[in-house]
Amino acid sequence: MIVAGCDFGTLAAKVVLMQDGSIIASEVSAIKAVPEKVSTELIYKGLSKAGLFADDVAFAVSTGWGKKRVPFANLNVTEMPCLARGAQWLIPSARTILDIGGQSCRAMNINEAGKIIKYSSNDKCAAGTGRFFELIAEALEVEVDDLIKLALQSKDPARISTQCCVFAESEVVTLVNEGREVSDIVAGVHDSTVLRLASILGMIQITPDIIVTGGCARNERLVQGLRDYFRVEIKTPSINPQFAGAIGAAIIAQEKIAETRPAELDDLKLLARITVPGVEVPAERSATLGS
Amino acid sequence: MIVAGCDVGSLSAEAVIMNNGSIVSYEIIRVRPRPEQSAAEVMNMALAKAGMTYDDIEYCVSTGYGRERIPFAQGNISEISCHGKGAQWCIPSVRTVIDVGGQDCKVIKVDETGKLLNFVMNDKCASGTGRFLEFMAKVLGVGIEDLGPKALESPTPVSITSVCSVYAETEVLYWVYEEKELSDIACGINRAMADRVKGLVKRVGIEENVCITGGVAKNVSVVKNLEDMLQIQSQKLDIDPQIVGALGACLFAKEKLLKQENKQFGEKVV
Repeated sequence: MIVAGCDFGTLAAKVVLMQDGSIIASEVSAIKAVPEKVSTELIYKGLSKAGLFADDVAFAVSTGWGKKRVPFANLNVTEMPCLARGAQWLIPSARTILDIGGQSCRAMNINEAGKIIKYSSNDKCAAGTGRFFELIAEALEVEVDDLIKLALQSKDPARISTQCCVFAESEVVTLVNEGREVSDIVAGVHDSTVLRLASILGMIQITPDIIVTGGCARNERLVQGLRDYFRVEIKTPSINPQFAGAIGAAIIAQEKIAETRPAELDDLKLLARITVPGVEVPAERSATLGS
Repeated sequence: MIVAGCDVGSLSAEAVIMNNGSIVSYEIIRVRPRPEQSAAEVMNMALAKAGMTYDDIEYCVSTGYGRERIPFAQGNISEISCHGKGAQWCIPSVRTVIDVGGQDCKVIKVDETGKLLNFVMNDKCASGTGRFLEFMAKVLGVGIEDLGPKALESPTPVSITSVCSVYAETEVLYWVYEEKELSDIACGINRAMADRVKGLVKRVGIEENVCITGGVAKNVSVVKNLEDMLQIQSQKLDIDPQIVGALGACLFAKEKLLKQENKQFGEKVV
């Protein structure tokens, strides 16, 4: 039985296909069109890589900013429970989760059952999110992925005093004009983000194991900064941490299937029945439908 | 009596030269990396336009965020006082000045002499500042000066709810994907902008007459939306609203000069 989880975020859409509790395909893409189109194309891509067809998907759960606009989702679930389930699947001993996404940042405590006990989030301001790094990279005319390498080279990080992303962008330009090394500026940007994240983590109980998820969890310099700040061990999953929400959504989908009577399962196969304007239906699916 | 005012802000720099109480020339430029550089450049341009040199200026006051780094200024005064002073000189009945600049937004209450009574300011977050509009114009691929005129044609503006400029950018992008009319998106942006400014105005209260200064005052749609939200009619300036700060600095320069002359005169008498 194959289930799908789709995490439609603000900057990236993620789809995970799972079978019996393991991942069989995962796809991520930047969002350059309406959610209906992006999400459907993404799942088709995942299916074709796994050699599967649209009507193999038994149940799909969507989450994230655009969750209500994922046309093949049988159920929408809010981000927090999906993240909690996903993080727990990634690292079962996780009790504190810090999720640093494209435009959001959340911290939560979960218990052994994966239930959220306490949480805090930043949803009013983009400081301390992936978008902040993107803007800085743009201003410095470097690739986002190079920021980490640059930051690790710095011996004397610059001080970034503004918190607003838009103002920080100007501040960074000023620092460049003052002749500061790009590596020092980038390190300063990481340090200021650590402070921002620390204030969000500070609102919950920091209990081990602590794990970081979301796209920014791949940023070693940022995670190291958090370790140094809190003087605790922080774990990062071995699977791309960006998929935590989508994995959680797929796990919830799996649970829903378990609750459904086998006779009703066929009625739930939504992906095989929908068409989305502007998305080409893969030939394989048409063949299955015809048979 | 020739005096000058120089306002070096976060995004633009302005210089105003006055002779015997009337403006003889002014210039506005986009800031250069260093405040000294911006100030020298804009002042040179204003002097050239007036056919003057630095030696003709009897007193110069600087203002704005780079005000302490202007070598040719004899004194510096905060931009809040300068905006109050400048606006009150243009429209003597003004009691509330809403200044929406490049990277800050202030609401200034003044008395009948232009003296500062109270103010509130947002300089921590780009929402409700010119930078917000610049950011949005970039996303839409239009010039910042087009956002106002385009929006006036809109019958059905989109709604933009985020305070954060970065989040608003995402909202705008989605409206673009939805193929909404440019005018509707532009109007939504201007409305969101006006709403942030309104929030600040409400904190200090409003007393008529009101005038709106700073670069954003040139956006007709933001001004109109703000007037509707506050249920007021703002007083229109007959000068460029972006030079009000530099004008205020000029007026302070004149006061300082008069004080100096009086003092010298007084000494002679004794």
